[in-house]
Amino acid sequence: MNTAAIETQENYLNAGYGLKSWLLTKDHKRIAILYLITVTIFFFIGGIFASLIRIELLTPQGDLVSSDTYNKLFTMHGITMIFFFLIPSIPATLGNFFLPMMIGARDLAFPRVNLLSWYLLVIGGLFAIFAMLAGGVDTGWTFYTPYSTTYSNTWVIATALGIFVSGFSSILTGLNFIVTVHRMRAPGMTWFRMPLFVWSHYATALIQVLGTPVIAVTLVLVFCERAFHIGIFDPALGGDPVLFQHMFWFYSHPAVYIMVLPAMGVVSELISVYSRKPIFGYHFVAFSSMAIAVVGFLVWGHHLFVSTQSVYAGLVFSLLSYFVAVPSAVKVFNWTATLYKGSISFATPMLYAFGFIGLFTIGGLTGLFVASLGFDVHVTDTYFVVAHFHYVMVGGTIMAYMGGLHYWWPKMTGRMYPEAWARLSAVIIFVGFNLTFFPQFILGYMGMPRRYHFYPPEFQVLHVLSTAGASVLAVGYLLPMIYLLWSLRYGEVAGRNPWGATGLEWTTQSPPPVHNFDEIPVVTHEAYDYSTVVGEGVEVG
Amino acid sequence: MAEQAHTPVETLALREQFDTAEQQKESSTFGMWVFLVTEVMFFGGMFLAYTVYRNTYPVVFGMASTSLNALIGALNTAVLLCSSFTMVMAVRAAQLGRRKVLIWFLILTLLLGLVFLGVKAYEWNEKFVEHHVPGMHFHFEGAAEQGPAQLFFSLYFAMTGLHALHMVVGAGILSWLLYHALRGRFTAEYMTPVDIAGLYWHFVDIIWVFLFPLLYLIDRHMR
Amino acid sequence: MSENIDSVKTYTAVWLILLALTGITTAVAYVDLGAFSVVIALLIAAIKMLLVALFFMHMRHSTRLTQLAAAGAFLWLFIMMAFTLADVWTRGLVGTQGR
Repeated sequence: MNTAAIETQENYLNAGYGLKSWLLTKDHKRIAILYLITVTIFFFIGGIFASLIRIELLTPQGDLVSSDTYNKLFTMHGITMIFFFLIPSIPATLGNFFLPMMIGARDLAFPRVNLLSWYLLVIGGLFAIFAMLAGGVDTGWTFYTPYSTTYSNTWVIATALGIFVSGFSSILTGLNFIVTVHRMRAPGMTWFRMPLFVWSHYATALIQVLGTPVIAVTLVLVFCERAFHIGIFDPALGGDPVLFQHMFWFYSHPAVYIMVLPAMGVVSELISVYSRKPIFGYHFVAFSSMAIAVVGFLVWGHHLFVSTQSVYAGLVFSLLSYFVAVPSAVKVFNWTATLYKGSISFATPMLYAFGFIGLFTIGGLTGLFVASLGFDVHVTDTYFVVAHFHYVMVGGTIMAYMGGLHYWWPKMTGRMYPEAWARLSAVIIFVGFNLTFFPQFILGYMGMPRRYHFYPPEFQVLHVLSTAGASVLAVGYLLPMIYLLWSLRYGEVAGRNPWGATGLEWTTQSPPPVHNFDEIPVVTHEAYDYSTVVGEGVEVG
Repeated sequence: MAEQAHTPVETLALREQFDTAEQQKESSTFGMWVFLVTEVMFFGGMFLAYTVYRNTYPVVFGMASTSLNALIGALNTAVLLCSSFTMVMAVRAAQLGRRKVLIWFLILTLLLGLVFLGVKAYEWNEKFVEHHVPGMHFHFEGAAEQGPAQLFFSLYFAMTGLHALHMVVGAGILSWLLYHALRGRFTAEYMTPVDIAGLYWHFVDIIWVFLFPLLYLIDRHMR
Repeated sequence: MSENIDSVKTYTAVWLILLALTGITTAVAYVDLGAFSVVIALLIAAIKMLLVALFFMHMRHSTRLTQLAAAGAFLWLFIMMAFTLADVWTRGLVGTQGR
């Protein structure tokens, strides 16, 4: 397909130009692109905070910034990355774009609500950015009371409002996905013919709908306490700060599954395509997504092990936290089994998928370490925990996000990314990531507390290694920003199905037409049925 | 969107993403139910805080509760239940295509909702006068521990406040429905907005059904 | 669903029962039932909720999916309450300071 043809072909990108056609769009694909731009900006902002943190930690003294400022840096890093990047990232970009197409629908059930979701994320983000520019917030992303409600002199209310508003973005997206999957599947698209990407987004949507309202009301109470002195968490009045922690973590633990389930959905797609095999144990993988969503709501007390939470509750939460690891392990085993006797391709997305499996496994296993009450008493609030969650969030989710972005890039844009640069970036990211975060396991185990910007000199070597790794990682993330943008103009024009993948999204032109399908397809074959695929094939040895 | 006067009635207002009016109606209804699920969890957080603190400070909570006017609370509950009745009658009228009846019941529901809010405003004012509003001027007669009494009233204002906010939104929705009903937008074939607004209204009523005994009726027999 | 339009009689009956239950719950509050007071109060509230949901919200006629969603909401609320209370109610049992 030549360049001239792609420019004249009608697709969702050239159907209407101008700001209004984008800002008032109802097309889930355009909304996905709006989200892509937005979350990338927030990733960048969060990255700047991360850089400042790592630069400060090069030396044992707190010499770059004051302690108060440092508190603000890690708080704002966490808030930006969690609420404004990780939570929306895969569902609102890749999910929005492809969930309807994968089930053979023309759009989500509620396109205008979808657009509203994006505006809510932007508005919430603006509140948060305002708070950051006006002086920042220093409570930690966890907002523990009574510091956040009574003693902090920073922009808690503005930030809480920002998170509150963006929470509704997440809730509405979840609502939209749930109704869409139940009501908008094409004829013949039964539940067990859906791609596993859809299953994982459905499970994610359940969490978004059931969990997010709780943090919303918790933030409302924090707001009321700060603004109107309606003190619910104030110990001076007999209030219980641990109640705040229960309410906060009731959402914030399942939130990590909001962040990782979509990533696992992406990985299922990638492993299948680049082994040219159906996912082994499809039903197990589908049900494991549901199991993670459900059991994930039963473990939040493992964040309260060192609070005044009762020992008995701690024991129960610890045991359940071990259970929640099982479905994740099931997925890893099934992905591995899929690879066996597969026709493996090492295209960039597959490199990211492999990276995910390895790094998520490490992150997940160290999660079991901290799920053990006894062990956690020693490593809680140390860099061990920091390393654990970065392994799953960055080594896991962000790797999968990059993999998915590359995999679906030709479909979304009609252009191929440059494979050599992409592979190089993937390797740089993998190396940079491990160099950044593996030393942190050791640091934490040795006793380096988190959220401290000065430390004993004997920790410096590991910190320097970590910061060096962060520089490499930064390069690794900047490269795709450059070459992906470059590819929009100069990338090789992509056809309908460059990877020879199954899935309804690959049956349309690249980029897809506005209404996805000229005729709603009637589905007759199972998911990942490679015998039915006629792809153009891209040789990536 | 697709509101051309000459299209058949059952495809009026059919959105692009749906294939049939049936699918659209089912999706909209289910969507509202999913939203109500989120509302259960939203209010649920406050009910959790209430449960924990009532459990910790049962005596003071009892004292604080009895300082509320149970009769007014009960009457207001009745007002809201009547509004639920008029709302479902409005939905029924819409289902039967009876425009005038629909309009009258929407007006009644709106009025009853506003009465509820008016009574609420009166009650809040009473609390203000009695120095039961948490903050600097709080003072609760008869309780040795002022702290837990403030906790009760914090929850009282937070929960009834959040509920009132939902009522205000509900009033706005009813006004919007009224406007469109007056313009003849709803027919027996297309009355989904009335239907799902009804679901929302009833839900807000259910929240109050729980708030009333939990806030107003603790340890009443003791005083 | 337009096929299942309940009668005015049904709605009126439900409405009157709801009003009666409101009166009952208020009156019962003035009787000393000890720990049972809160149980009765919640029970009556639950019955009112079911009446509103089943009849006014047409849950009697709605799909299994809708009913499942409503049940799920309450299950999740229950989970949140149960596990939090499991902490609050078992504090101090071990005898360790602050636990």
